[in-house]
Parts: sequence; C-alpha cells; structure tokens
Amino acid sequence: MVEKVYMANVNKTFQEDDKILKVLKDISITLNAGEFVSIIGPSGCGKSTIFHILTKIVKGYGGIVKIDGVSIEKQNKKIGYMPQKDLLMPWRNLLDNVCIPLEIQGIRGKDRKKRVEKLLPIFGLEGFEKSYPYQLSGGMRQRAALLRTILIDSDILLLDEPFAALDAISRSNMQEWLLDIWQKFKHSALFITHDVEEAIYLSDRIYVLSHRPAIIVDEIKIDFPRPRIKEMTLTSEFIGYKKRLIELLR
Amino acid sequence: MKRSEDIEDRLFKSIKIKEKYVSVVTILILVILWQWITYFLRIPEYILPSPTDIVSSLIRSKDILWLHSLTTIYEAGIGFIIAIIFALVIAIIMNQWKLFKVSLYPLLVISQTIPIIALAPLIMIWMGFGSLPKVVVVVIVCFFPISVSVVEGLATVDKDLLDIMEIMGANKFQVFLKVKLPYSLPSFFAGLKIAATYSIMGAIIGEWLGAKRGLGIFMTRTMSSFKTSDLFAAIIIVVLLSIALFKIIEWVGRKLMPWNREL
Ligand SMILES: Nc1ncnc2c1ncn2[C@@H]1O[C@H](COP(=O)(O)OP(=O)(O)OP(=O)(O)O)[C@@H](O)[C@H]1O
Ligand SMILES: [Mg+2]
Repeated sequence: MVEKVYMANVNKTFQEDDKILKVLKDISITLNAGEFVSIIGPSGCGKSTIFHILTKIVKGYGGIVKIDGVSIEKQNKKIGYMPQKDLLMPWRNLLDNVCIPLEIQGIRGKDRKKRVEKLLPIFGLEGFEKSYPYQLSGGMRQRAALLRTILIDSDILLLDEPFAALDAISRSNMQEWLLDIWQKFKHSALFITHDVEEAIYLSDRIYVLSHRPAIIVDEIKIDFPRPRIKEMTLTSEFIGYKKRLIELLR
Repeated sequence: MKRSEDIEDRLFKSIKIKEKYVSVVTILILVILWQWITYFLRIPEYILPSPTDIVSSLIRSKDILWLHSLTTIYEAGIGFIIAIIFALVIAIIMNQWKLFKVSLYPLLVISQTIPIIALAPLIMIWMGFGSLPKVVVVVIVCFFPISVSVVEGLATVDKDLLDIMEIMGANKFQVFLKVKLPYSLPSFFAGLKIAATYSIMGAIIGEWLGAKRGLGIFMTRTMSSFKTSDLFAAIIIVVLLSIALFKIIEWVGRKLMPWNREL
C-alpha cells in the first residue's frame, strides 16, 4: 500500500538576507495508512517546519515529499492540519470557528450545527458556543482548534502539539478521545509533541529528532497492543521506552 | 477573588466617569471665563459674541439653522456613502490585483496633497451651484481616509490564517469573505470615523463658495453682515453634527464587531 506521507532525505534551509539557517537535514519520515506516528524533538529543532513543508506553507526544500503517493506540488488533497497556534478567528464565536471547514465544503448552516453540537460535550466546549476566542481559556481554544481540524474530514491528520496548553487531566482525556476517533475513522496521524509519555502512549512509532539542524536520531517502534489503556504507563516496558527516549533527547 | 475583581472594575469605571466629569468642568470654566472677558472688556458682539449671545442666536435662528443643516446633512451623507462605495471597490481591486495597487496607490497619496480649497472652486465652475459639486467635494475628501484604511487592513491580514484557509480547501472568494473582509473591518471603521468629520467639513467648504442653502452659505452670509453670534451658532451646529455622525459610526461598529475589544 502507498504511504500516506512520504518524506525522503528532506533538507530545508531558511535564508534571510545573508543569514543562513539550516533546519532540516536528511529527514526521512513515512506514515502508513492507519498509523499513528509521533515526532519528538527539542524546542526549535524544526518539527513545525516539517508540517509547513507538508502543507505547502513553506516552499522550497530538498528531497522528495509525497502525500498519498503524489508529490505535494501536484497534490491538492485537503489535510487535517492543526497548527501550533490555534488560529481561531477573533470575529467568530466558538461554534462558527469550529464550523469553518464545513462552511468551506458548502454544508448548510443547520446541518453544520447539528453535526458539531454532538461533538461539543466530548470536547468540553458545551455552553461556550457563543463565546468569542478572547473569552476562552488557552486549553479551550486548543480543543476548539482540534475539533475544527477533525471536521476538515481528511484521512490524514497533522497535529502540531495539540495538547500543549492542557492540564494533565484534560490532556489525558483528549488523548483517549483522539485515539478513539483515530481508530474509528481510520485516520493516519502524524503527531508532534514535546511530551515523552504522550508520544509512547499514543504512537505506533516515534521519530526522535536532534537539535537544529534536525536529523533523525532514532526511530522507535512501540510494541503495546491496541486499544491502549492508561495502566500501561505503569509497566516496566513503558518506563524502559521512556528512559530510552529521554536518553536520546539529551 | 470575584469580589475584588468587581471592586477593581467599579474603580476603573468611576475613574472613567471622573474623567468625563473633568472635561465637562473644564469646558464650563472656559465658557464662564469667556463670558466674563467679553463682559468686562466690553468686546463688541460682532468681534466676539459672548456665550449668552450665541445661545440666544441659536434659539432665535433655530428654524433657519435647521433648514440649512438639512441641506448640509444631505450633501455630506450622500457624499459619504458614495465615498464608502468607491473606496471599498478601489481598495478591494487594489488588494486582489497587485498591479493596480502599485500603480494607483502613489497617485492616491499624491492626490491628497492637493488642497481641497483650491480644487473646490474648479469643481464649482464645472458643475454649477447645485448640490452636486458639494457632494463631489465630500466624496473627494472622504475617499482617501476610507480607502487607505481598507487597503492597509486588507494588506495586514494574518498570513497564517490565509494559509490555514487554503489548507482547508477554501477558494479565493471564501478566503476574501471569511478572512480578509472581517479582518479589515476594524481599520475600515477607523477610516470611517475620520471620514465622518471630513464629510461635514467638505460639504461646508463646497457651500462656502456659493450655494442656495446649507450651513456653509449661511456662515458666509452671517460674516458679510457681521452677525458674528449667528456664525458661532452655526459653528456649534457643525460641531454637534460631526460628533453625532462620529458617535453613530462608533455605535454601528460596536454592534457589528462585538468581538473587537478596542472599541
Ligand atoms: N519561515 C521561516 N523563516 C525563517 N526561519 C524560520 C521560519 N520558520 C521557522 N524558522 C526557524 O526554523 C527553526 C525551526 O522552527 P520550527 O518552528 O520548525 O521549530 P519547532 O521544532 O517546531 O519548535 P517548537 O518546539 O518551539 O515549536 C527555528 O529556529 C525558526 O526560527
Ligand atoms: Mg513547533
């Protein structure tokens, strides 16, 4: 089967005036259909840049980048991309913000509402439909952005630190929920995180990046069965993975 | 926690109220001073009328002032609306086609350096003494602040937002309607507020040079007959009209953009 995301020996350098910043070096990443793969690495190493290349926000790179087997220059597929900044629109209330992907698809107002209203309680956003982004907490904004991403209706998810602003409990809830829908809708997910435990709990594989310029220091396969349960975080295998990752990230 | 916030809130509001209070008192003091000066220095009414003279003028001439105001409001209003439509169309075209912006924008700025007072008589020569030339003057003075603010608003749209719209599959029209337009709304309204005061002024400048009716022609008549207190009465009406228009726009802006916390 063709890879959902395929990056081979990708290099990226930013150039501003005479300052040259080498960010990605020989990055090769694949995401197979139905997989959950995490990318973990130190701050500023170039994780978001990988997503920017995949979404064509950043242009010009070396190497091969394909989505669904088609090189991204020719690929026009929608991607369920959740940027690191929530990018909610300040002039839209929460409900209208979340509905944008459906609006773009031309789905009518009533049907949009019907579809989204069911999901709001799961995301802990019930009762805040009419609130503007400035009236929401950082965690709520992030959950709204995630819900919006899901509604893009793509089988590929690119999530850039979606849970960074959440407290431990809602983070854990959202992780379980994400695994749920990922399994239910057979998404293929690339997931950027800083959090070692989160990466192990969610992923089939983890790419570990070095400091900038980022190279892939290791690719770790996580052999826990699915569905994942929270108790696994207490097992010695889990702690073993954790030790290894922390070692690699040092 | 809640309570202390309440107290802070009230404190803040009371400071705001106090500020208003202070400005009212300042104006009152100035008016009283003015009254005294004209009284004690025996300044003749045709040089500087006292506040009481002006008030009595306002009362005496209220019907005729109202009649002239209506003409001015009409000219300013029509001109303002036409300016808004023109400005929006031009700004949107400049935003969509870069070539237009590059070639038109400098022209726009240069046109602003031509003093309207020099241009107005020419417009009168071309279009006569009816309402049309006044409306044209209003359009000319209002067009610039509106178009510039919309162009700037459209140009500063958050690039990340545009990117994510594209990734979600939005077409150009959707991007414009759902991001660019609402994003530039606050700066559009900032431009409107400036243009609002210009609009009354523009109409008056037009009337000044010759008209059948309007506050401008009323002012020139009062001056030539040394009815200075009537002139001051007209000035007060102009100030009130400008403030009213300004407030209306502010109000509409607040209704239209409840999310904008700067208003
Ligand atoms: N468009 C750009 N132009 C110039 N430099 C850029 C650009 N985008 C990113 N960079 C630089 O590339 C480097 C990597 O940025 P990136 O956002 O990919 O890091 P990151 O790993 O996502 O960091 P974080 O964990 O803090 O989110 C940074 O040094 C950043 O300053
Ligand atoms: Mg990042």
